[in-house]
Amino acid sequence: MLEDIVDVQGLSRTFGASKALSDVTLQLKPGLVYGLVGSNGAGKSTLIRHLLGLMTPQQGTVRVLGLDPVKSPVEVLAQIGFLSEERDLPEWMRVDELLSYTSAFYPGWDFEYAKDLLRTFDLDPTKKVKHLSKGIRAQAGLIVAVAHRPRLLLLDEPSTGLDAVIRKDILNAIIRTVADDGRTALFSSHLLDEVEQMSDELFMVDHGRIVLRGSVDSVKRRHVVAHLESCSPTDEAPEFSGLISAERIGQQWRVVCELTSDDSGDLPQSLAERGISVASVRAASLQEIFVARAGRERRQKLEVVR
Amino acid sequence: MHIEIQPQDGLPIYRQISNQIKYLIASGQLKTGQELPGVRTLAEQLTVTPNTIVKAYDELEAEGLLEKRRGSGTYVTDTNSPLTRKEQRRILAQRIDAVLTEASQLNFTLGEVLVLLHDRHAALTRTLAKFESKGD
Repeated sequence: MLEDIVDVQGLSRTFGASKALSDVTLQLKPGLVYGLVGSNGAGKSTLIRHLLGLMTPQQGTVRVLGLDPVKSPVEVLAQIGFLSEERDLPEWMRVDELLSYTSAFYPGWDFEYAKDLLRTFDLDPTKKVKHLSKGIRAQAGLIVAVAHRPRLLLLDEPSTGLDAVIRKDILNAIIRTVADDGRTALFSSHLLDEVEQMSDELFMVDHGRIVLRGSVDSVKRRHVVAHLESCSPTDEAPEFSGLISAERIGQQWRVVCELTSDDSGDLPQSLAERGISVASVRAASLQEIFVARAGRERRQKLEVVR
Repeated sequence: MHIEIQPQDGLPIYRQISNQIKYLIASGQLKTGQELPGVRTLAEQLTVTPNTIVKAYDELEAEGLLEKRRGSGTYVTDTNSPLTRKEQRRILAQRIDAVLTEASQLNFTLGEVLVLLHDRHAALTRTLAKFESKGD
C-alpha cells in the first residue's frame, strides 16, 4: 500500500459563529488528480490553508506527507507547490529574479524545467511582476509552483478570471505533474466541466461539510435526472429515498436523485410501485448534481432555523 | 489521432476514448503496429486527467486491440483479430441502418433495396475489373 499523501481526520474550524469546516475527513493517494468543488465560502480555501500549515486545526488532525504542516512547515512546504487565485508575488521583482529567488528555497528546483516553461509560455524574464497582466502573472505563479517538482500540487481556484489559453497552460501543468512524475494534485474550481474532465476523484464541499465524494465516473453513474408525471397542479413534491431535489416544471416534477442500485432502469419500476410514473430518466451532469446537493443543504438549514 | 470528447455524453470519458480508438482501428485509420500517442500527450490534447488515458489504454489492451511494449509505447495489435472483426461488423451495421432508414423514408421495400444492393455490387465489380485490366 502506498502511503497517503494527505490525511485529514475530523477537521473542524469556526470563524466566529460560522462553521467554515465541519468534521472533514479525507485522504489523498499518490498519482491522482483531485477536484474540490463548492460554492464561494463553502470551505475550499480554508481546507487548502490547513494543508499548507497556514491554519492550526481547532479540532482534528492534518498530516501532509506524514508530517504536521504547522509543526514542520519547512519540510512540508518544500514538497508542496501552491497556486492561488490571488497569485501574490513580489511586485518589485523581475520574472528572472523571482525564479532565482524562489529556487533558493527549494533544494529540488529543476532549472531546466523552469526554463522550458518560460519558453512554452513565451514569458519575458526581464519584465517586472507589477507590469504583468493577470494571465501572465498566473503563468509566472505556475512556474514558481511546479519547478521544484512538488509531490503535492495545490491549486486554489487557479482558473478564476483567466482566458481559455492560460487555463489550458494550468491544466497541462497538472497533467504533466501527474503523468510524468506520478505525483498528486488537488485543485479547487467552480468550473464543473473542468473538474469533470480533469479529476480522477472529487470532493464536493458545502457549508464546510463534504457532501459528496468518489471517482467522477461513480458519482455520475449514481445520479440521474428524471421527469415525473404529476397528477394535479396542487400535489405535493414527491418523496422517496435517494431524492435530492424536486422542481415543478409545468405538469411534471423534475427531480435529481441518487440511485439506490447501480441500474438506472430500476428507478421507474420502484417508483411505479409507489404510484409515481416516470416520463424520462437520463444521466445527470456534475453541474446538476452540484446545484441539487447545494440546494438541499440550504433547505435543511432553513428548516432548522424555523 | 483525432478523438473528441462530448461532456454531455452519459458515457464515462475513458469509455468515449476507448470506443473512438476502436473505431479508428476498425476503420483502418490506425494500422497494425502503429504507435499510439503517449499518455501525457493525449491527456494534454484532450485536457483530461492522465489516468483516464491509462484506463482507456488498459481496457483496449485487455481486449487485445493494443499492446504495450516494454520500455517504449503502446501499439496497435494485429487488426485481423476476431474482436476487430466484431467492431468492423458494428460499423457496417450502422451504415446499413442509415441506408434502411433512408430507404423507408423514400418508400422503398426491403426487396427493392436488396435488388439495388445486388445491382450496385455488380456495377462496382465491373468498375474494379476495368481498373485492374488497365493496370496490367
